[in-house]
Amino acid sequence: MVGITSYGAYIPFYRLSRARISEAWGGRALPGEKAVANYDEDSITMAVAAAMDCLTGVDIQTIDSLYFASTTSAYKEKQASATVATALDLRRETFTADFSGSLRAGTNAIRAAMDSISSGSARNVLICAADMRLGLPMGEKELSFGDGAVALLLGSERVIATIEGSYTISDEIIDIWRLDKDTFVRSWEDRFIREKGYASIIPEAITNALEKYSLTAKEFSKVVFYARDPRDLATVARELGFDIKAQVQDLLYDTVGNTGTALAPMLLVAALEEAKAGDRILFASYGDGCDVYVLKVTPEIENARDRRGVKGHLAAKEMLASYQKYMRWREIIPVEPAARPPLEQPSAVALWRDRKGGLALHGVKCKQCGTPQYPPQRVCMKCQAKDDFEDYSFADRKGVLFTFSHDNLAASIDPPTTVAVVDFEGGGRIVCDMTDRGPQQIKVGMSVEMTFRKIYEVGGIPNYWWKCRPVRC
Amino acid sequence: MGSIKDKVAIIGMGCTKFGENWDKSASDMIVEAAYEAYEDAGIEPNDIEAAWLGTWKTYECGEPLAVALKMPYKAVTRVENLCASGSDALRNACYAVAAGAYDVVLAVGVEKLKDSGWSGLPDFAYMVPHYPGTGRMESLTAPGHFAMLATRYFDKYGLSPEEGKKILAKIAVKNHHNGVLNPKAHFQREITLDTALKSPIVAWPLGLYDCCGVSDGAAVAIVTRADMAKNFRHDPVYVKALQIATSPQEGLLDPEYDYAHVEETYRAGVAAYKEAGISNPRGEISIAEVHDCFSITELVIYEDLQFSPRGQAKEDVEAGFFELDGGLPVNTDGGLKCFGHPIGASGLRMMYEVYKQLQGKAGARQVKNPTLGLTHNLGGVPGLATVSVLIVGL
Repeated sequence: MVGITSYGAYIPFYRLSRARISEAWGGRALPGEKAVANYDEDSITMAVAAAMDCLTGVDIQTIDSLYFASTTSAYKEKQASATVATALDLRRETFTADFSGSLRAGTNAIRAAMDSISSGSARNVLICAADMRLGLPMGEKELSFGDGAVALLLGSERVIATIEGSYTISDEIIDIWRLDKDTFVRSWEDRFIREKGYASIIPEAITNALEKYSLTAKEFSKVVFYARDPRDLATVARELGFDIKAQVQDLLYDTVGNTGTALAPMLLVAALEEAKAGDRILFASYGDGCDVYVLKVTPEIENARDRRGVKGHLAAKEMLASYQKYMRWREIIPVEPAARPPLEQPSAVALWRDRKGGLALHGVKCKQCGTPQYPPQRVCMKCQAKDDFEDYSFADRKGVLFTFSHDNLAASIDPPTTVAVVDFEGGGRIVCDMTDRGPQQIKVGMSVEMTFRKIYEVGGIPNYWWKCRPVRC
Repeated sequence: MGSIKDKVAIIGMGCTKFGENWDKSASDMIVEAAYEAYEDAGIEPNDIEAAWLGTWKTYECGEPLAVALKMPYKAVTRVENLCASGSDALRNACYAVAAGAYDVVLAVGVEKLKDSGWSGLPDFAYMVPHYPGTGRMESLTAPGHFAMLATRYFDKYGLSPEEGKKILAKIAVKNHHNGVLNPKAHFQREITLDTALKSPIVAWPLGLYDCCGVSDGAAVAIVTRADMAKNFRHDPVYVKALQIATSPQEGLLDPEYDYAHVEETYRAGVAAYKEAGISNPRGEISIAEVHDCFSITELVIYEDLQFSPRGQAKEDVEAGFFELDGGLPVNTDGGLKCFGHPIGASGLRMMYEVYKQLQGKAGARQVKNPTLGLTHNLGGVPGLATVSVLIVGL
């Protein structure tokens, strides 16, 4: 039977206390903090991070499809899943598709994956959901939105949570939306959103789903569903007869915030981290309708524990010092540019030639002398053998920080820039920037890992490459 | 392999004041330096038979040199080799004379950096992208990369950042002291150890006074055949060695590179000493003008050029060995530290100092009876560098 065979999550390193935002604008101080993607992250890079977590111990040759779900893809026209698939080094025959347009995009993708696996067109389907939505400054959405990503692998072998049933309704409503040209998410009056949207659609869909599968509220160990805030969650959970404390999955509102498309599946991952074999989980998303799934956890769950997941990423964090920093990272306010030469637009042709080396961090290993080298070479740096190499991936290799500097002169949205020389376990060296770090903690000899980032965007081209960071967790 | 030793000589040199020359264009500076050199050599502009223009970004061709000097229908070639551009222009000029193609030639180094509107150097990201044209690379600034040399040097030799920075500060204080004695220097101000140590961080662990300035300048040399040199003056300076070592990028790719030395400097030095017939550089070289783009660079150069044993340059710094009255005065004119670093001009500016010192015309900075002088340029960054070592003598 089709089900989830692996899971992973990604929550950015940085968190912004909601108190910092309230201090800036006055008004009600909301509790908790929100996860804030670093200035070099976006939905594509976070999706890659979550997928890398999900693919721990998975043979990527068995993946037939990759779905990327987000309302905040870097591109309106160009497929993000193609970028993610390349960064993950998936097979060229992988069927890639982007799901968008609604916070239901992630659960839409689950449905498509189920159907594809059931029909035999794919064995294993990787789904990445990521969002980093923006609310206007001073508004409730800015306070509640957080950034994050999640990845689920669906298949029919070694299933950790079987999908026993699914149900969906589609609904036309303008409650939360964003136009093609908008930067910030729009919303209609709160009471309308709740009464005719969320708090009416979720109960309708869940009630119908339970009826369809002849299940009752009490038969679920865990109920996982989307909500904008804990109050909405509580209202709907009560109405449906779920025990909030015992059954309903915490919304991560105080620790991560509303991660949009990623939220419902992220809550599911949090539930799976605690689940035992035999648990039945009810799972629902919201956005222009509602997708409902009934899941049953299998004993295989015990083989999928070594993930960073939600728990690991939650624990490894650093607080942003100020709201201004967040404003600068998101380029919400113009700031005086550094007096440095402007960056050149990268050549799309050169980026295309470098798609393996740059996106998948592929180097080469000399077949004559065995020396791993990045970037790919034509002539071996050690033995000068010509064109006698095999592909060699550095993306998931840990390394040791050989030397570094904290550079205040380099133009950066978040100075100083930490420049690093990293020596990989197993050989090879890279010079790259370091991200997600407190400058005080950086020492020669510390252990680092590679992370996929957007190094900059110039002339309409987001330039993705890799940086190092202290081993996250 | 052959040798350039004693085949050609420098018979005239000129050098502008270095600094933020807001009121001078690159061609203004070329004219100033060239006419000083003509006068010094006692020749007329039309005696020049061919010219090499060393510049990094100011000009992309040789034409502007002919235009500035109204040099009629001679061969003019632009030479670019990063921070060694000026030295390489001189090297090419010397080779042309040694080949017997010309008798009197001109080597020019110039750079106009301060028309840019920003601090620091122009973009040199083209140099080390992991894949050409993609811009996929680390954030590249000169201080950021040379700071990594300091981090590792300190770590390798067990120096705390505080101890390490103190040694670097001594180098800055020395160079500033020498610069005060030089009217052509950009900065002519003494600094104290305390000032250097308390300066704001540019790229940890390097502070403001560990970094050279950014300035404009030009310098010029006139080269002739060694057997003709005394026809022009009684004290020509003879070329003993012209060496360049260019990195195949190993240091950025290969964990064997220790980031506590610059291999290209060592290699260029070894080759130059061989060409000049020098077996004991520490004892034989009278003065050296080296590429102190950063204080750590100068510290490491002492070891790479074999002036000090590995890991022991700090003892020589503490003993004042490289000061004006020391055993081997280094950067007697104030170095890049006080002249700033107009890329294409620096190599010939260094040669100007060595030339004047060897002729006994260095004024308050004059070193006692020098016979052999060395200039060193380091282009690029540790791990990926182009280094020139030139040696001249009486």
